[in-house]
Amino acid sequence: MLNQYPAWKYLLVILVLLVSTVYALPNLYGEDPALQVTSTRTAGVDVTTQDKVQKLLKGAGIRYDSISLANDQLLVRFPDTEAQLAAKDVVKKGLGRGYVVALNLAPRTPDWLVSLGAAPMYLGLDLRGGVHFLMEVDVDAAVKQAEERYIGDFRGLLRENKVRYARVARYENQHAEGDGLARSGVEIKFKTAEARDRAEALINDEYRDLELKAEDRADGYYLLAGLSEKERREVRKLALKQNITTLRNRVNELGVAEPVIQQQGENRIVVQLPGVQDTARAKEILGATATLEFRLADETHDVQEALRGRVPPGLKLYPQRDGGYVLLKNRVMLTGDYIVDASSGIDQQSGGPAVFITLDGKGASIFSKVTGENIKKLMAVVFIENKTETRMVDGKPVKTRHTVAEVINVARIQDQLSKRFQITGLDSTKEAHNLALLLRAGALAAPIEIVEERTIGPSLGQDNIDQGLLSVIIGFVLVLVFMALWYRGFGLVANLALALNLVVIVAVLSMLQATLTLPGIAGIVLTVGMAVDANVLIFERIREELRNGVSPQTAINAGYEKAFSTIADANITTLIAAVILFGFGTGPIKGFAITLSIGILTSMFTAIMGTRAVINLMYGGRRRIDKLSI
Amino acid sequence: MQLFKKGTNFDFMGKRKLAIAFSAVLLLISIGALAVKGLNFGLDFTGGTLIELGYSHPVDLEAVRGTLEKQGFPEAVVQHFGTASDILIRIAPHAETSNAEISNRVMDALKAGEADGIQMRRVEFVGPQVGDELANDGGLAMIYALISILIYVGFRFEYRLAVGSVLALVHDVLITLGVFSLFQLDFDLTVLAAILAVIGYSLNDTIVVFDRIRENFRKIRKGTSEEIINVSLNQTLSRTVMTSFTTLLVLAALFVFGGELIHGFATALLIGVIIGTYSSIYVASTAALMLGISKADLMPVVVEKEGAEIDDRP
Repeated sequence: MLNQYPAWKYLLVILVLLVSTVYALPNLYGEDPALQVTSTRTAGVDVTTQDKVQKLLKGAGIRYDSISLANDQLLVRFPDTEAQLAAKDVVKKGLGRGYVVALNLAPRTPDWLVSLGAAPMYLGLDLRGGVHFLMEVDVDAAVKQAEERYIGDFRGLLRENKVRYARVARYENQHAEGDGLARSGVEIKFKTAEARDRAEALINDEYRDLELKAEDRADGYYLLAGLSEKERREVRKLALKQNITTLRNRVNELGVAEPVIQQQGENRIVVQLPGVQDTARAKEILGATATLEFRLADETHDVQEALRGRVPPGLKLYPQRDGGYVLLKNRVMLTGDYIVDASSGIDQQSGGPAVFITLDGKGASIFSKVTGENIKKLMAVVFIENKTETRMVDGKPVKTRHTVAEVINVARIQDQLSKRFQITGLDSTKEAHNLALLLRAGALAAPIEIVEERTIGPSLGQDNIDQGLLSVIIGFVLVLVFMALWYRGFGLVANLALALNLVVIVAVLSMLQATLTLPGIAGIVLTVGMAVDANVLIFERIREELRNGVSPQTAINAGYEKAFSTIADANITTLIAAVILFGFGTGPIKGFAITLSIGILTSMFTAIMGTRAVINLMYGGRRRIDKLSI
Repeated sequence: MQLFKKGTNFDFMGKRKLAIAFSAVLLLISIGALAVKGLNFGLDFTGGTLIELGYSHPVDLEAVRGTLEKQGFPEAVVQHFGTASDILIRIAPHAETSNAEISNRVMDALKAGEADGIQMRRVEFVGPQVGDELANDGGLAMIYALISILIYVGFRFEYRLAVGSVLALVHDVLITLGVFSLFQLDFDLTVLAAILAVIGYSLNDTIVVFDRIRENFRKIRKGTSEEIINVSLNQTLSRTVMTSFTTLLVLAALFVFGGELIHGFATALLIGVIIGTYSSIYVASTAALMLGISKADLMPVVVEKEGAEIDDRP
């Protein structure tokens, strides 16, 4: 029998309809202004934090709708944005360091939907408002820094071993072909060949990773030393990774919910901060530079006394990261400039967590001298940050530079340390991990430059959503009316398919948590117009068959069959264009490509299978049909 | 309701000389405009800073220009955007000032003079190197698209049709760009995306027509290539017009209600769809005809038995 679908096909259509409706539902619920509290330290967020926050809010008389704890994160919902903003200040001050307090718009999705994994669509920056930065990291500067450190190292090494050299300097070959030594490195000039050869042996011994090349020139005997291509790549990669870590830390300070910090390409970083309005501040904080200091801790004087104002001479009071204060000696033993790397691991002897630090040559010699003189004493690591802030004072912008210094770790010096040493006495492997991260983040990052910035104010974001929504609705209605008038009964069926198509698109976008942008909404609008195309093809074919005198049932069948390959071909070509767009596009354009692709695929399903199911129900079983409502 | 009750019989191919002349004129104007005026490249390609501000009252552009000049940006372009109380400021890439700071300085300077406060709608800054990259990537994307389509159509149909379809696409893209150049409409990333979408969509149309041409070449025994193509075009006419019409309906909604940001995008699509429909009917088939397409090219390779009827429906 023609035009009869097997039961499973009807079920499939109904299943798709139900599933799509469920997953599209979250988008109908609104959002609450909320406060999101997370922790960057080992402590984490727990019930005590929740109690603390509740007390703080009650104390300040701020009303809140609800407070919940999940996934190591505290979420407080407020009735309006005023309460939300007031609460942020109170909670941030009250909780102090170690917690990130961020403004957020929390969706009101009911629990039963959340348990199914349903969530509203992820809105792009152009719909939510916020800031997008693209930063370029000068990775070559990192290589240059590494080479410059080697200069110091070589000088030290040669002097130690009493090898006479004439000159040590960096060289750079802008137009050289090839890699490694050909492009840049350190060259050491010697008066005699033996000195050069001895140096070569020494350096080769001490630094396995370097490439060495001996050269005899007219004015002397040279030794070229430099990073191999592999080393260079590693240095560049590390510089980028360190910068990303540093930036992530910075972003946490801004108190942003759901920030995006990602590597893009070989030497760029994308930073997206939804909801942030104060770009000037964001730029300052992201550009701040931080350093480390190593100082001896004082064990004789009383910290409490110092807190009350009586700081003994030669000492300075420092706040500790995890609370409390400590007295440190004025003399700086070592600064963080000399740290090249830090990693966490296990201490060989005690089996406990430890952080392994690598210094460069100069730092190593300084450090070994200082630690040799102070064995068994306490040493503190101080984290110092220079922040530039621009604030409005009397209507004029004033730039203030202030320095934040806190002690992140105090440990006992076990024996004389030099190039590589370890810090033990840590609580847990997590703390070791964090400390290594912090040291790396504090270490000199390669310079960064902002090469792209897009800021969308919140009002524009809302405007975009409104206008986008309006276009979709109006476009949809226009097509509905037209299809009903032009194709009558069959037109109504096509309209049903169109409606289902929209629901499926929204559901798929919500499930994939793909980013919806303004061009993305335009893509949905375009899909509405194109989805109809498939049905037009089928219906026109049916009309043609009827004109040729074929019976209605056969006409329906023929229409669907013949049109199918054409529909497939035509949609594939648009899909090709969409895929290419996705490949080359960034941000908003990607959003367009995504909705277009999804729209094409879902429209094929709804237009062909969806309408066929309904048509079959309407006309399928009937023996005699006089006229098709087409 | 039906568009054409009894089936039409327009002699499309007969009029093709006229169509060629028409297309030639359009193309000449477009290429001329592009050569002389060039495209009004947006921020995404040139680099620079763009600031959109909303005031609470109609803005005096001269006053704003004056303030900017004092700040050291005499070459800033200031224009109204949408309404009289919204302005758009464009500043080309600056050698001295750190580009990220430009927006801050401009905002501060303008805010200082305004009692009611200004609403920052959006700020965009694109460094020159990124601008160049985006332009390059865009151009490459266009080329990749055209090549993939050439391959796909050649594979699905036949190379003469493939060439015809690509020619039609190039024709559409050039004319759309020509319109943008002629009226100096803002050409940014979204417009480029729209043009790529037009390529995909216009091909859609062309494929439907080709599909019918292929079917008819195999089905109809008698007739010159010209006549068969004519018949195919007539048969698909109502469908072509209908689809374009529904797409134009939604694009009109986007154009009118979508807001300023999407305007360029909607315009490009509108022009592209209209020209695309025309080119699907004329340009693609004419090109194929002129390349000498015939029944033999579209027949599947089959061993013919004497007198046997071959059912060659795909």
